[in-house]
Amino acid sequence: MLLEDLRILQQRAENTLDDSDSPEELENWKIKYLGRKGELTHILRGIGSLPKEERSSAGKVSNQVKVALEKIYEEKKRYFDEKQYHDKMMERIDITLPGHPIYQGKLHPSTRILRQIYSIFAPMGFQIFDGPEVETDLYNFELLNMPPHHPARDMWDTFYINKKTLLRTHTSPGQIHAMKYFCPDPIRVILPGKCYRYEAITARSEIMFHQIEGLAVGKSLTMADLKGILVEFAHQMFGDGRKTRFRCSYFPFTEPSVEMDIDCMICKGKGCQICKRTGWLEILGAGIVHPQVLKNGGYDPRVYCGLAFGMGPERIAMLKYGIDDIRHFFSNDLRFLEQFC
Amino acid sequence: MLVPLSWLNEFVEIDLPVDQLAEILTMAGLEVTKVVHKGAEWDQEAVVVGEIVEVKPHPNADRLNLAVVDYGRENTMTVVTGAPNLLRVDTGKKVVFATTGARLIDSHSSEKKYLTLKPTKIRGVFSEGMVCSEKELGISDEHQGIIFLDPDAPVGKSLNEYLGDEILELDLTPNLAHALSIRGVARELAALTGKKLKEPATKISAKKLLGTSQDIDISGTSNPAFIKIDIIAKDLCSRYSASLIKHVTVKPSPYWLQYRLRMAGMRPINNVVDITNYCMLEGGQPLHAFDYDKLSGAEIIVRRAHQKEKMTTLDGVTRDLDQDMLLITDGSGPVAIAGVMGGEKTEVGQDTTNVLLESANFNLISIRRTAQKLKLPSEASLRFGRGLDPELTIPTVTHATSLMRDLASEEKNLPGVIDAYPVPVKKKVINLDPDEVKRVLGMEFTSQEISDILQSLQFGCENISWEGKDLIKVTVPSYRLDVSITADLVEEIVRIHGYHRIPTTLMEDSLPPQRFDPALKVEEQLRDILVGCGLTEVISYSLISLEIEALLNPEKQLPDSRAYVKIINPITKDREYLRNNLLSSMLEVLKLNLKHTDRVAAFEIGRSYLPQSEGDLPLEPHLLAIGLTGQIYPSSWKRGTTGEMDFFYLKGVIENLLKNINIRDYTFEPASHPTFNPGRAATLILKGEEVGIIGELSPLVRDNFDLPPGTICLSQLSLGKLVELREPVLFYRSIPRFPSIKQDMALVMDEEIPASRVMEVIRKAGGKLLNDITLFDLYQGEQIPRGQKSLTFSMTYQAKDRNLTDNEVQKIHKRIENQVAISLEAHLRG
Repeated sequence: MLLEDLRILQQRAENTLDDSDSPEELENWKIKYLGRKGELTHILRGIGSLPKEERSSAGKVSNQVKVALEKIYEEKKRYFDEKQYHDKMMERIDITLPGHPIYQGKLHPSTRILRQIYSIFAPMGFQIFDGPEVETDLYNFELLNMPPHHPARDMWDTFYINKKTLLRTHTSPGQIHAMKYFCPDPIRVILPGKCYRYEAITARSEIMFHQIEGLAVGKSLTMADLKGILVEFAHQMFGDGRKTRFRCSYFPFTEPSVEMDIDCMICKGKGCQICKRTGWLEILGAGIVHPQVLKNGGYDPRVYCGLAFGMGPERIAMLKYGIDDIRHFFSNDLRFLEQFC
Repeated sequence: MLVPLSWLNEFVEIDLPVDQLAEILTMAGLEVTKVVHKGAEWDQEAVVVGEIVEVKPHPNADRLNLAVVDYGRENTMTVVTGAPNLLRVDTGKKVVFATTGARLIDSHSSEKKYLTLKPTKIRGVFSEGMVCSEKELGISDEHQGIIFLDPDAPVGKSLNEYLGDEILELDLTPNLAHALSIRGVARELAALTGKKLKEPATKISAKKLLGTSQDIDISGTSNPAFIKIDIIAKDLCSRYSASLIKHVTVKPSPYWLQYRLRMAGMRPINNVVDITNYCMLEGGQPLHAFDYDKLSGAEIIVRRAHQKEKMTTLDGVTRDLDQDMLLITDGSGPVAIAGVMGGEKTEVGQDTTNVLLESANFNLISIRRTAQKLKLPSEASLRFGRGLDPELTIPTVTHATSLMRDLASEEKNLPGVIDAYPVPVKKKVINLDPDEVKRVLGMEFTSQEISDILQSLQFGCENISWEGKDLIKVTVPSYRLDVSITADLVEEIVRIHGYHRIPTTLMEDSLPPQRFDPALKVEEQLRDILVGCGLTEVISYSLISLEIEALLNPEKQLPDSRAYVKIINPITKDREYLRNNLLSSMLEVLKLNLKHTDRVAAFEIGRSYLPQSEGDLPLEPHLLAIGLTGQIYPSSWKRGTTGEMDFFYLKGVIENLLKNINIRDYTFEPASHPTFNPGRAATLILKGEEVGIIGELSPLVRDNFDLPPGTICLSQLSLGKLVELREPVLFYRSIPRFPSIKQDMALVMDEEIPASRVMEVIRKAGGKLLNDITLFDLYQGEQIPRGQKSLTFSMTYQAKDRNLTDNEVQKIHKRIENQVAISLEAHLRG
């Protein structure tokens, strides 16, 4: 009787399994037939009351039924699982819909270039040193070897506050500040900041711009070291393969004075409009600190040697990014500022 | 400075291509900014030297002529010309002749427009060529008449071959006074290329010069009859030399001279003036020609101007003079402002017969100052202003005198040169230690190498021994005013040797102690934080106007100018003062950008400038400004709009900023500031000190700045205070090992009670097990009584050492409930 019940149950369970169309229905089927309160369990409970000799064969059969049902359950479950993955993977969204927009703030391009410069010179031991923008004539000119009416003063058109006070025309007065601060220790500093020139504002000239000056003072520094520092800078800033050249130049506060050019990255040295057909781009001015300037800073020029260099981050940015108008830098049009990364 | 290569070539042999030449000069410090090939556009075949065979009237036009031109071909050609300076008697004159196919500049156009010459019929006469003006050839803008070349111009020769030249454009730094002449550049080039300088005898090709300067007596003061020179201002005039040229005829210069001046960038005037300019360009020494007969008394007195003295210069302008200006005067008064401009009274003109030629050495500072004051820059004042060699006066005046005799005068008997040179300048001597060259350059040079280089630049070198050291005694040429110390010689050595031959090394010097400036570090940190908050960095002008500043005040009241640093020579009125805050700059940034967008989130880190008492430099405190307006997030198809940035958005940015530079103990208090909306502004207070202001812009100020409607958030903080008041040290806090329990609490209270006060009470009542409180809802409306508000907090309870039980939490929660009821009369929202 019981064996008969088991067979009917098995038949019924097998038949109804095919009807379950979803994982939920399958789970209901499992509960109905195999669950703790399910039909199979119910029948199995009856085994205890069977005569002893029937018990073992009934147990055996019922176990076979259980295994068989569990097996078909597993098969069906696997089928549903696979179907679910399959369905998920068959889903299609319009991946051409725009992404969720996010606002990203941007650093000013001058700041970007300044930071690159810091990070090139910091490992060489150059620390940032700050100085005032409103300067005395003494620091901006006289102590830099330009007494009043020195012809070289024509190189810097100046905004004046009064006869003796002005807006610094370059970061070079920082050299004197640094020397007076550090003397008699050796020095390695870079001096970034805003500078001002009394000039008409055009695509090529601004009344305000940044400069960054470098100064090293020590007992065994040489022009060869200066070349070493600057070639390294050129390679890190503009790329390893860049060629450099050093031209004789003139600054009243360095002697000898040089300018460093790199081969034009636009035309690769062939000559174009950007490099004025020379194949070279002027990057920075440099030189050995003039003995009088070293003296003004407190150092004995017979014992110490100073290396100095200065450059304009805006000019570097213009060359790097191909910016054709310096006025963009301080007009603060977001359509300009937001382009840089 | 423009340097025609043909001229340079008279002083030094040139056998290099011009590009290479330009590079050599540039590398040595004489920067060649441009090379122009003059004549490159003149067609080799179609633009040639011609000779006028005959000039006939045009049969159909009064103003036109027919010129019969021999241009070296089998037949002459007859062409139509309208040149007013071509007369019947001009037969035999040499002209520039262009035939079909020549590319010429349109002389009737005001812009530079090229035309190709084609056969045309002009008033019934067929013409296949033309005689040219300077404008048509691109030599100058002159097109009133045609060019008459020198009589020896070879007929039929291509003009490009005859006049074509390479012109170097040099941009010389102020130290290169010695190179401000053809001869000076030649000296440099000789040293750089190893060529010998050619001697002055050949400086003018023989055919152009009938005699040489040797014919002129330069015994100086031995023949003082024609003028007496009295230098009173000896500090401003170290030498005054002069010569007299009699019986001159003032007329146009020969074409070679005019052409040279043109190529060198000067305009030909007449033979006398042209010769002074020619000699200046060639040798560097400016000259001045006086009409000798218009001088009052045969006397030149060099003195300072008297206070309030006036004189009329040759441009017809009456100038106010002052005691710093140096004058050339005669018996009756000033006849020239020394080195700057001559006077009208003694100007050389058509009626001049006798010329007094001045060749003097003036103090560079005085000339520079005078030229700047009178705004009269010239080739002469440029050269005086950079410094001149006193040894130059005699050779230059001698040369000019011989040229005048040959090109302007019939009188071959010249009275000589007068020279007043009270204190001759001594030669400079530098004892050079070769070891010093190595110490500075980082490269070995032998004494011989050093001497060779210096001698190529005309320095005298002699090996000497001094205190047991082998030195080089270097004698500096008198024209090298820029060389006076060893460092100057080192530069000469390295620039001639070539910087490319200096090795490239890494510093071996001891590394100085590495200290960083904490303020600059925090500034960089702030930039990163704010960029991370989605703000873009701007940098605006430090120079502003008080008118802009006035707009920060609703009444547009001009601020007190004493609070600002003023520029005495502003370039424009809107850049006359240094700003003492960043707010107006930020509002300008918003305004500019709101023309093309409706959202701006920007910050600026910059200095303000605060005037101090007389004699002290201004303080330059660093400030941070923030400006926000528009939507919080970009609108998108998925999110829609998200509301605009307001006070609380700005406050969130500021709080985030403070948290990220380790500032925790701060408060905000209501602020009153004319720029801000009264009820929507707060002062940030740190350890009892005001650090700055945040808030929404007053609508009145918004209108002052012409900003569009919409909330504008603005903040300005003192960076110095942020740096000073932040906690420099940050301690790690351990991560909780035991779970937290969250519970919400909605409280209803009087709407006037500030949220910060509520949170303070809760925090205090909660004790140390209350880890965090977050306000997540503010409600006012129908569900609660009028004049009240509901604040809903989420409280996080947590213990460091154990699991909290529900019971414990309930107890604290109840304590808080009681405490807010007592302190704030707040109750749970039912």
